[in-house]
Amino acid sequence: MIEFILNNKRILTDKNPGMTLLDFVRYEQRLTGTKIGCREGDCGACTVLIGELDEIENLRYLSITSCISPLGNAHGKHVVSIEGTNLIHKLTRAQQAMKNNFATQCGFCTPGFVVSLTGFVLSNQEKSFSNACDAIGGNICRCTGYKSIERAAEELSDSIDFIDGTRSIDWLIANDFIPEYFNTIVDRLKQIDVQPLKSDGLNFVSGGTDLYVQRADDLIASQVNLIHNDPKLNGIKISEGRCYIGSGATVSDMWYHKTLKSYFPNLLKHLKLVSSEPIRNMASLGGNLVNASPIGDMTIFFLALNSELTIINSNGKIRRQPLSSFYKSYKTFDLAEDELIKSVSFDLPLKNSKFNFEKVCKRTHLDIASVNSASLFEIENDIIKNAHISIGGVAAIPKYLHETSAFLKGKKLSVHNILDAETILQNEISPISDVRGSAEYKRLLARQLFFAHFIELFQDQIQLKELIRNE
Amino acid sequence: MNKTVLHHDLKNAVKNIDSFTHVRGESLYVDDVNVRQGTYHAVVFDAPKAHGIIKSLNYSKAEKLEGIIRIFTYKDIPGENQIGGIIPDETLFAEKEVHFWGQPIALIVAETEFIARQARRLIEIEIEELPVITTAKEAKAKGSFINAPRSFELGDTSEALKKCDYVFEGETFSNGQEHLYIEAQGAYAEPLENGNIKISSSTQGPTQVQKTTARVLGVGMHKIEVDVTRLGGGFGGKEDQATPWAVMAALATFHLNQSVKLILNRHDDLRMTGKRHPYEGTYKIGLNKNLKIVAFEAEYLQNSGAAADLSPAIAERTLFHATNSYFVKNVKTTVYSCKTNLPPNTAFRGFGGPQGKFVIESAIAHAASEMGVLPMEIQEANLLKENDVFSYGQIATQVEAIKAWNTAKSKFNVKDLQNEIDRFNDQNDSIKKGLALMPICFGISFTNTPMNHARALVHIYQDGSIGISTAAVEMGQGVNTKLLQIAVDFFSVDPKKVKIETTNTTRVANTSPSAASSTADLNGKALLKACEGLLSRLKTVASKALNASDEDITLDNETVYVNNKATQLTWNDLISQAMLERVSLSENAHYATPKIHFDKTKEKGHPFAYHVYGTAILTCTVDCIRGIYEFDDVKMVHDYGKSMSTGIDLGQVEGALVQGIGWMTMEEIAYNEQGKLLSNALSTYKVPDLFSVPKNIEVIPLETEGNDMAILKSKAVGEPPLMYGIGAYFAIQNAILAFNPNYTMTFNAPMTPEKVLMSLYSK
Repeated sequence: MIEFILNNKRILTDKNPGMTLLDFVRYEQRLTGTKIGCREGDCGACTVLIGELDEIENLRYLSITSCISPLGNAHGKHVVSIEGTNLIHKLTRAQQAMKNNFATQCGFCTPGFVVSLTGFVLSNQEKSFSNACDAIGGNICRCTGYKSIERAAEELSDSIDFIDGTRSIDWLIANDFIPEYFNTIVDRLKQIDVQPLKSDGLNFVSGGTDLYVQRADDLIASQVNLIHNDPKLNGIKISEGRCYIGSGATVSDMWYHKTLKSYFPNLLKHLKLVSSEPIRNMASLGGNLVNASPIGDMTIFFLALNSELTIINSNGKIRRQPLSSFYKSYKTFDLAEDELIKSVSFDLPLKNSKFNFEKVCKRTHLDIASVNSASLFEIENDIIKNAHISIGGVAAIPKYLHETSAFLKGKKLSVHNILDAETILQNEISPISDVRGSAEYKRLLARQLFFAHFIELFQDQIQLKELIRNE
Repeated sequence: MNKTVLHHDLKNAVKNIDSFTHVRGESLYVDDVNVRQGTYHAVVFDAPKAHGIIKSLNYSKAEKLEGIIRIFTYKDIPGENQIGGIIPDETLFAEKEVHFWGQPIALIVAETEFIARQARRLIEIEIEELPVITTAKEAKAKGSFINAPRSFELGDTSEALKKCDYVFEGETFSNGQEHLYIEAQGAYAEPLENGNIKISSSTQGPTQVQKTTARVLGVGMHKIEVDVTRLGGGFGGKEDQATPWAVMAALATFHLNQSVKLILNRHDDLRMTGKRHPYEGTYKIGLNKNLKIVAFEAEYLQNSGAAADLSPAIAERTLFHATNSYFVKNVKTTVYSCKTNLPPNTAFRGFGGPQGKFVIESAIAHAASEMGVLPMEIQEANLLKENDVFSYGQIATQVEAIKAWNTAKSKFNVKDLQNEIDRFNDQNDSIKKGLALMPICFGISFTNTPMNHARALVHIYQDGSIGISTAAVEMGQGVNTKLLQIAVDFFSVDPKKVKIETTNTTRVANTSPSAASSTADLNGKALLKACEGLLSRLKTVASKALNASDEDITLDNETVYVNNKATQLTWNDLISQAMLERVSLSENAHYATPKIHFDKTKEKGHPFAYHVYGTAILTCTVDCIRGIYEFDDVKMVHDYGKSMSTGIDLGQVEGALVQGIGWMTMEEIAYNEQGKLLSNALSTYKVPDLFSVPKNIEVIPLETEGNDMAILKSKAVGEPPLMYGIGAYFAIQNAILAFNPNYTMTFNAPMTPEKVLMSLYSK
């Protein structure tokens, strides 16, 4: 049985854990404020909040898109739909801000925005306007042009004057941000005896963000093995200069990881280019790796970190494999049917190392790249001691640029060497024309993003003008 | 993200009456209706090829699936298998031949939607493929048209072109656009007694649904009731194309005597429905040294798709707006509606107008670059003036083109802006900025004159509360709020006393769709008339009760006044008294726009009640390393007339602008050569998100007298501001030119990051 709290109601259900949370909320519970827009996590109309207790029994809420989330992942948690944010006869502050600013027109996307904004209110994030905008970055509105919604987000963020951290649940209740029952949730969650759901079979599902886009109907009807809450696969650990990230960890886990941020000063800027906040809250990193998309953002990210995979089979046997040799051909990779990626690990960048991530797509946020690329350079006295460069969208697999990286090793950081390396890069890639762009475009873009790494990381030494002088 | 500068008093503006339930998730859309027990669910089986003969269709396996109720095809249609509106050229279900990928062939009805989807996978179809046409040019070459071409002519273009100092010719392309209403198409049909059917539909055109259902079922329209609560977005996509799904649900209900729900999933919706028309254009523009456009000749190839739908009307509007906000003495424009094997393309905010404007703006940009002047100099030199004539014969009156332009130029300091951008571009190698101005002029009315009418039915209940029914469909544009305002202001009653009813064909019949930006005008005027009728009767009741004459009676704040003096008689007393005196408290009023006419045989007339004007200034920044861009500012001076709801109207301007920018930049429809939609999901078709809209949008309302043909002088606002977005193309183009002097201007929208990067580095 799956047990959780939906808004203010205890749910105990024997429904298939593989059905979507959206269908359960909307059609089994008749909570129709949660809307269906796309069923692939790309519009946010079905956004709900998931509350759970962290290690120190603090209640923490994250927004997710319920259309691509298996019901079973709600097990033991607090699910909040729009109805669960409503006060009895008046509007919450988020709702009032939306109303005041004419931020709702046809109203269909509106509940999603309100839930996301309520998630912002409940989050540990600083209550800045920009964080409020990030919270609704995954919500699409076709009517307003967003400016009125921005004004609402501004009014809302201004209404929480507390700068660094959370307001207590009680304060939020007293000030009409959330309804009163929220103060009962911690105790009620503690009371749920979370027996793990029966989990066997090889139909592994973690966050579901990819599988439910690819083949939802298969999963809805079949037995799934939910691994999202498996502690063995979760967590980020740093030890002796090396970082180990569980395959079940999410991009948001990296986002909120303070130590990781100190090694990657631009981490948030880079991760913000990866899907949207609700998807970052759900999607597992392992899922991104085994999706094997030639354009997977985090795969490209880890490739440039020269990462290694720890793989575990059904007998518990462990083996290790460099990520750069994991992919064999299009969507084919070195993993047996009974194997799972347990974690991905890499050496943390040294003081003289510089990391960069680039991504270009039609829409900067919540879009799939035309080309993406990451790079890690170790520099000493203008000499490139080591280079790892990866690139996506220009080959059948997410590509580690073996030859280009090897060429740069030991070379002086100079326009001349970059241009020579770019020639090698062009020989290493083989883009095709598709809906993400023509082959010709992707070749040019590959060059530009390769240049962008140097321009970004070595601003004083490398300029665009010099790189394209001989055009 | 910048904070906005507001020139609208939002605090005191009347709030959208739906906002309370919207923000709480309590507003009802079709899929939220509480369905009857035992309701069936339907899924459409559609053509997996764009053109061909159906050799066989085998659904025996699908039929055997547990939970399948029945599968319907054209053979189950009791009436006519025909849904074409303007031209009867479109079947509900394909019979022998399929004409586009995604064309409905069968309807699978099952106990659940999931079962119906499973069954769909089991249907086998064999199609003998026929040649596929995907572009308008190819269709024209093969003589494949929807109807005869149309031409508008003013002056003598060929003679004039011979005498011009400059003549430039070129080609343009503007791609289609997916509506992407967040609520997909859908309907719910339920059987009533005697074979009557009630349909809840997400449609902009309830009467169209009613009429077509009756036609397909072979019954009278009176047997079909269509009810619309609201739409989760329409944008034209639910004007004609909400119809087939409602008809299908009704057909299944007709046969099964059970309620049936049919809600398209997003992929089905994207694949099966038409979009904004792609247009291929060619132009010839002739100018004199003083920058006057002396002659403009253009040919538009409209990619209409596989059936007429609304294409002929859309083509017509392209011609009406071919010269945008400019007066050109000699004009010759011709449009061909080209029949291809794409889903029938349809209405989309602007209705062919944006496609027409893109061509003349391209021609101006082209001319400016060749002549070494700024496009804005040519634009400014040719703006419409009072009493100028449009190519279709209407004389322009109450023209605000120059006023809007000059106000924009001065309030937003265009000169300084241009200088700043030039300086910025001099100082930066890898980032460039671009600026463009975009004036607009858009005609208000259905160009098909007979459609310009509406009715309102107002009931004052005996407790003093009021119910209002009109033909207006609420889809986010705020028309219900405007209607409520009209009644509340007219009777001076508490807004809580007034309810805007659902749009229902049994209460208000024979309606025109909510479209052409004119819903508030037509229905608002009808409502005003109904209110006037009621008030005149109520005044008689009051004057009798108060011993006064009718002319001295006024209402204020639910109190009856005589000669501006409050009396003891309240609104509620007055209504009770009217009941006692057996005075009718219901009124049905009809409004038909006066003055308008158009003669298609001459292509001349006075088709529009009035025009809406405005000017936008757009600036963007292009990252010349990556070929991506963002919009810094869009500043507009917009002609609302006397806006009756500044909050709602500002929302329309901002929303339309962003939709227009989306059309010009990131929204890219792609079909392959076999006619299969490649941009078939939200992962491959991108619309603007919060981060991609202009950082700052500023709208200054143009101060004008308004227009009496508009409701309370408050001008239509739905479509016109979309066309400000066209400036986005040219702003980016100007930034590209600043980086790459070798760039040859092309006019091929949308300006995707791919096109930007390729242009930045073209040789």
